[in-house]
Amino acid sequence: MTDAPLAVQLEDLRFRYRAGPEVLDIASLEVPRGRSVFLHGPSGSGKTTLLGVIAGVLVPTAAKTVRVLGHDLMTMSPGARDAMRGDHLGYLFQLFNLLPWLSVLDNVTLPVELHPSRRARLDGATPREAARGLLERLGLGDFLDRPVSDLSVGQQQRVAAARALIGRPSLVIADEPTSALDTDRRDAFLDLLFQECAAAGATLLFVSHDLQLGHRFDTRLSLPDLNRAAVAV
Amino acid sequence: MLTLRLALRSLANRRLTTVLTILSIALSVALLVGVENVRRGIRESFAGTIRGTDLIVGARGGGQQLLLSSIFGLGAASGTLSWDTYQRWAAHPAVKWTIPMSLGDSYHGYRVVGTTEAFMEHYRFRNDGRPTIAVGAFVASDRDVVLGSEVAERRGLAVGDAIALTHGLRGTGIMDHEEHPFRVSGILAPTYTPIDRSLYTSLEGIEAMHAGWQNGVPPMSALPSLVMPGAEAPEPPSDSAVPAAPPATTTADHAEHDHQLTAFLLGTKNRFESLRLQREMNTDITEPLTAILPAVSLTELWHSIGYAEDGARIITAAVLLVGLMGMLVSLYSTLEERRREMAILRSLGAGPRRIASLLVFESGVLSVLGAVVGVGLTYLVLIVGGGMAERHFGISIPVTPPGSLEWAYLGGVVVAGVLVGLVPAWRAYRSALQDGLAIRL
Repeated sequence: MTDAPLAVQLEDLRFRYRAGPEVLDIASLEVPRGRSVFLHGPSGSGKTTLLGVIAGVLVPTAAKTVRVLGHDLMTMSPGARDAMRGDHLGYLFQLFNLLPWLSVLDNVTLPVELHPSRRARLDGATPREAARGLLERLGLGDFLDRPVSDLSVGQQQRVAAARALIGRPSLVIADEPTSALDTDRRDAFLDLLFQECAAAGATLLFVSHDLQLGHRFDTRLSLPDLNRAAVAV
Repeated sequence: MLTLRLALRSLANRRLTTVLTILSIALSVALLVGVENVRRGIRESFAGTIRGTDLIVGARGGGQQLLLSSIFGLGAASGTLSWDTYQRWAAHPAVKWTIPMSLGDSYHGYRVVGTTEAFMEHYRFRNDGRPTIAVGAFVASDRDVVLGSEVAERRGLAVGDAIALTHGLRGTGIMDHEEHPFRVSGILAPTYTPIDRSLYTSLEGIEAMHAGWQNGVPPMSALPSLVMPGAEAPEPPSDSAVPAAPPATTTADHAEHDHQLTAFLLGTKNRFESLRLQREMNTDITEPLTAILPAVSLTELWHSIGYAEDGARIITAAVLLVGLMGMLVSLYSTLEERRREMAILRSLGAGPRRIASLLVFESGVLSVLGAVVGVGLTYLVLIVGGGMAERHFGISIPVTPPGSLEWAYLGGVVVAGVLVGLVPAWRAYRSALQDGLAIRL
């Protein structure tokens, strides 16, 4: 199943929170495997909700197809969706990606500690060795055992990238990970992200309101165009 | 155990709150276990006030009154019994030993007990403790008196000092037996029982100091100013600090040159005969007697005053509840600021159950540590302060390794703590499902 040609395939997806208004109404969305996809999503376009559905955290109100890496999320149990996410996905938040009570290294090793199958993809390295390797490539070799609070925002985002990439996930979802960074740091961070996704062979689904970033991606999509339920702000 | 490890790290990160929460639980646990230990100590000290004696015998009256007056030195005895009666029962084939007691006099509020060597030989308290002479010697003549340790200490008396005993159970003054002073011949070692607050002399001494007394008042010559013309038995002065009336009537007439006893303790040759002997005494028609089994009467007495311990228990349980509530509040109040952590854990593939169990583990860790620290605290206080309690209150609190009770409390606290943790856990579970990956700040 993991060699399906599409990393993400959505058809006729609708989502609403409880009795609230419709947040998502998407006829079709496809993310080809191995590509980097830029999804333009200003605030109010339902991007966090969409990413929650793709990550298997939120269940669509109705959908014809929700396939992620070949898994039919609509028929999976919540536990199986959690396991799929932990095993095959990397997720980057806009800000505050890290658990403040764990060291840098422990933050990065957490996904492989939580998911033994992800650990199996470390090619025999221990979680700490794998994390150290990633962090060194991301220029954080000196911060391994430091508390997270010692790090700048840009450093924290790089640690988060290392955590998303450990154990070679098939799909990396990034929700505005560069919005808190200045231009120089943003470009450097994107360079690293592309480089590491390529090294891991991961599909990158990158959501941002910042259209200037779009030219660096293989594919550009616009969420307001896709989502008929999007509200203009 | 990854969840436990995460819970520990998370708690360690909120060090101050964690320490305070553990302390508040520890204090409630210490209070609970401490009160229970003190209660047990009091109960054992109380039950151990007299041991080895099979029957306490006195004039016909209430059993509790007999116990209180003869063993605890509280209140007055219900009457006297004659020497003949005592002799007759002492010679009973089932009786192994007896300790005669003549009560009714005091020294600065401390009871004077007229008895014999048999007291030193047969009286037992706690675990086979027996009265021992610390300094000096036991009573040898009718002018000797032996002091309980507290009497000697509080009144600053030493062997060789002369003292005048008081007729009646309270005060000093007009009814002092000044015409028959006693000499301190010995001081008993501390027993932490009512013995420490008593004085012991011989039956002959009691008799000698009352020589010439009529109906509980001194011979005429001793109290010239009080004698009304024509009055045969003047009342003690009502405005005096010496309300000697009850002992005067209860200890009755010392005029006869014959020992009058207030009570006697006895040991049987065969303990199984105690009940039969008790019945025999209680139904004897020669002289109406009351015989009680000390253990039974002690238990009855304990039950009649024991409701106070229930109050203490309720209060400590309430304190524990407050401690647990404190933990609930401290865990619950962190939830809002921790929603971000929850979303991060969700993004890493943690299910709502793992997030909920993280909180349950946190409350579990808090209550386990709280319980352990609390019990440790109790033992520390017991070891450090136990001797003080014994010296000041006569309560010996045995320091024993945690028994079933302590374990039950510990288990109960941990279970209660985990149950309390279920509340924030449920809340976290709900929001983990609802928030999805939205990081709310």
